[in-house]
Amino acid sequence: MEVLNLTAVGEAGKSFAARVGAEAGTDVYSCYQCGKCSAGCPLSYEMDFQPRQIMRLVQLGLKDLALKSSTIWLCASCATCTTRCPREVKIASVMDVLRAMARREGYPIKEKGIAVFHRNFLNTVAFGGRSYELGMILGYKLGTLPAQPLKDLDLGFTWLQQGKLKFIPERIKDAAAIREIFSKTREIEQADLAKERAQGSGPETGHGAGLPAGGTEGHS
Amino acid sequence: MKYAYYPGCSLHSTATEYDATTRAVCAALGVELAEIPDWNCCGATSAHATNHLLSLALPARDLVKAENMGLDVVAPCAACYSRMATTLHETKGNEVLRRKVSEIIGADFAATAKAKSLLEVLAVDVGPKVVETKVQKPLKGLKVAAYYGCLLVRPPDVTGWDDAENPQSMERLMTALGAEAVDWPFKTECCGASLSVSRTDVVLKLVNDILAMAKSCGADALVCACPMCQANLDGRQPAVEKAYKTTYHLPVFYFTQLMSLAMGIDEWKLGFRRHSIDPRELLHAKEIA
Repeated sequence: MEVLNLTAVGEAGKSFAARVGAEAGTDVYSCYQCGKCSAGCPLSYEMDFQPRQIMRLVQLGLKDLALKSSTIWLCASCATCTTRCPREVKIASVMDVLRAMARREGYPIKEKGIAVFHRNFLNTVAFGGRSYELGMILGYKLGTLPAQPLKDLDLGFTWLQQGKLKFIPERIKDAAAIREIFSKTREIEQADLAKERAQGSGPETGHGAGLPAGGTEGHS
Repeated sequence: MKYAYYPGCSLHSTATEYDATTRAVCAALGVELAEIPDWNCCGATSAHATNHLLSLALPARDLVKAENMGLDVVAPCAACYSRMATTLHETKGNEVLRRKVSEIIGADFAATAKAKSLLEVLAVDVGPKVVETKVQKPLKGLKVAAYYGCLLVRPPDVTGWDDAENPQSMERLMTALGAEAVDWPFKTECCGASLSVSRTDVVLKLVNDILAMAKSCGADALVCACPMCQANLDGRQPAVEKAYKTTYHLPVFYFTQLMSLAMGIDEWKLGFRRHSIDPRELLHAKEIA
């Protein structure tokens, strides 16, 4: 069993916990490890750390373990945990914050396929202002090669026959406004990160905001 | 009763039958829907899964348009509804965040409009008593399991219109239509829709659990209020049956389809051909359609 040196975590760990709490709008120290979140979590059986364990890692400032976990990517955002927490900790929001942080800081992603899916989804939105299922699925297939390129072919074919999948993406008239939203978001985030780094409270590394740049960026 | 209508991307692609029956049912009940002009995708799960500011800015552009129309928003998709309600919840009373979002979208976002799910509008604002008066063909003998999924009633401080653990509004609506709503415990269990493409194995298990529970509680069909849930529970059902060597053959309706049917709205609008599990066999057997 791995031995963790908790005294070595120190100030960096405390600032990590504070940052997660502030971004998620919740008090991470309220968690007293009752496990109700994990008991109700539909995905817990697939996770390397249970949701309550992630909360403990955050409290202890064990940033690397939390950000490298499969848990943050497997979380389906169903908010069963948040709804049931007797201490009113917004656990699902904590998962959101940890995922965004892991991407932004270039942490290795344990569930690559899930990250590729999210990126492709947002790429289609950045391109035309609306999501585009067929493009999303094709992009996902290309992004996850060589794994299972033929999986779901039958369902995709059925949906095409039923007219559920469109060949041509829907573009809104003011698609430029959506590209502007993406680039402006990235700008503001980078300015915020630079400000925090200057104050010494932000992350030490920065790999950009991890956003698709209008449909072409290949960050994963 | 007039709302700014936000169909969301799915109602223009995988769920056009939900869009058609939503419009038909609302028209019949005197609920006026004014579609938000040039609306954009809310970013659904992928935006908030990876970028907080983006997840607020995308719905905010649509919400500002609704504010300009002077209307509250109604969203039939549970995921869209959740993103809109969350955006309002987080920006109301948080000046710094609200200003940041306004700057990103290049418009003053006041966060004053309300976001409602279509189920809330029809089951609460209109209500089962009014719906009952419009029923022409009661859905007698049809046993349905009302499936809310995760985002319609959760988390309660964001949604707050029905019980987060044991919601009842869809059941009341189904009863008003003459159907029987079975009592079952999985009505808010997550079907894992956001992982459907990337971790299909997980989704097959979750869908199997839900279908097995519905069947064992005596349901003939499931009723849902979300295009993600429908695509998952219906579209993935053949694969689930194969993977778990079982047969469910449970049609998965949109609640507006059953409302259309009971209210005598044209059959062509129901879009049953687009379902993986064709519900017509069941409806014929029950002598409903």
